Amino acid sequence: MPRITVTVDGIQYEQDVEPRLLLVHLLRERLGKTGTPVGCDTSNCGACTVLLDGKSAKSCSVLAVQADGCDVVTIEGLGANGSLHPMQQAFHEEHALQCGYCTPGMVMAAIDLLRQDPDPSEETIRQGLEGNLCRCTGYCNIVRAVRRGAQEMGQAVSRP
Amino acid sequence: MIPAQFDYVRPASLAEACQELGSDEDAKVLAGGQSLLPFLRLRLAYPSKLVDIGRLADLRGVHDRGDHVHIGAMTTHDEVMRSPVVREGCPLLALTAAQVADPAIRHRGTFGGSLAHADPAGDLPAAVLALDGVFVAASASGEREIPAAEFFVDYLESSLRQGEILAGVRIPKLGAGWGFHYEKFHRTAQAWAIVGVAAAVRRSNGSIAEARIALTNMGPTPVRARAVETALQGVELGDQVRQACVEAAADTSPPADLHAQPDYRRHLAKVLTDRAVRAAAGAP
Repeated sequence: MPRITVTVDGIQYEQDVEPRLLLVHLLRERLGKTGTPVGCDTSNCGACTVLLDGKSAKSCSVLAVQADGCDVVTIEGLGANGSLHPMQQAFHEEHALQCGYCTPGMVMAAIDLLRQDPDPSEETIRQGLEGNLCRCTGYCNIVRAVRRGAQEMGQAVSRP
Repeated sequence: MIPAQFDYVRPASLAEACQELGSDEDAKVLAGGQSLLPFLRLRLAYPSKLVDIGRLADLRGVHDRGDHVHIGAMTTHDEVMRSPVVREGCPLLALTAAQVADPAIRHRGTFGGSLAHADPAGDLPAAVLALDGVFVAASASGEREIPAAEFFVDYLESSLRQGEILAGVRIPKLGAGWGFHYEKFHRTAQAWAIVGVAAAVRRSNGSIAEARIALTNMGPTPVRARAVETALQGVELGDQVRQACVEAAADTSPPADLHAQPDYRRHLAKVLTDRAVRAAAGAP
């Protein structure tokens, strides 16, 4: 059984894994990172999105062995010292969720989007989140939240 | 769902990877896994072993080789769409790669993986076919070149042989005066194309001097719309373009599925080819 080393939310883990183990199952069942849900099971919905070496990836479509040596950030790794990440806070403020199932993936995809474009237009946000499905909200509040999160994050950077 | 069991190897070199594949006919190449893993999860495939070539640095990257652009098979869609060399030398591929699936999948999915998968609903096969790309297949006995027209054999079947790995693709550069477009019709944002059209058009004095058109999901392989290519020669930009595109579905055998019946796909092929040609030519 292959042994892998993977850093998740800043902590390094060594794990013996079956080759067929999916990254999302490693996160949830071995490491207790249940903040990352399994949604559609077929890489359509994006609920399981994490950052893999800094870029968004659907963790249901990555084998744990493929993440060997990689750095993973899940929704659980965003907040610091008990406070929410600005993007999480923006989702809260803008009521960008109802059932909340898609939210971890939405937030991770939104943060990835800002890596390319720190001040995205509504159109850019809608395109950037095309791989993440929400069945409750109709996306309007999600788009608003990403705009607000982007502004908050931009201000955080520009503060002395 | 959880895939059936398989062995996993991550060879350190392309030669070693070819050996691993050659010694086991049920072994399968793992690139980015964005097509393969859903297949495994749905239990549509039961490979004995996955040979992971995703980290072979030699297979990754885009190179300007003068008269052509070489795209390494393990270059991701995201890298292809952002590459200045691709945007300059073969812009159709940057336009097409940007329409593959969604950002997260484009970070992992590879150019070569999506071509070797040979899914006629994939976007890149038609674009590479329209550009007459040359596929470079590596094996224990060396390299073999395969023209795009001979690469796609049937549904999910390429002309790669056992023990061969797609190492990269050479895309001949087209000269000045060419315009490009990929027109994709799909039901939801990140879904497969119901029909797609890749178009390269050379304009001269307000007319179309030359056109290359390839269709996505209009048969078991991507297909060139040769009848339209001929009909478009010398056509003035305007209403005549639509007339020239009526033969877009000639000699195709589009599939019937949940999303569309063949007759609707034939209709789409005409409409989308017209749109793609106009957009490529920069005409309204």
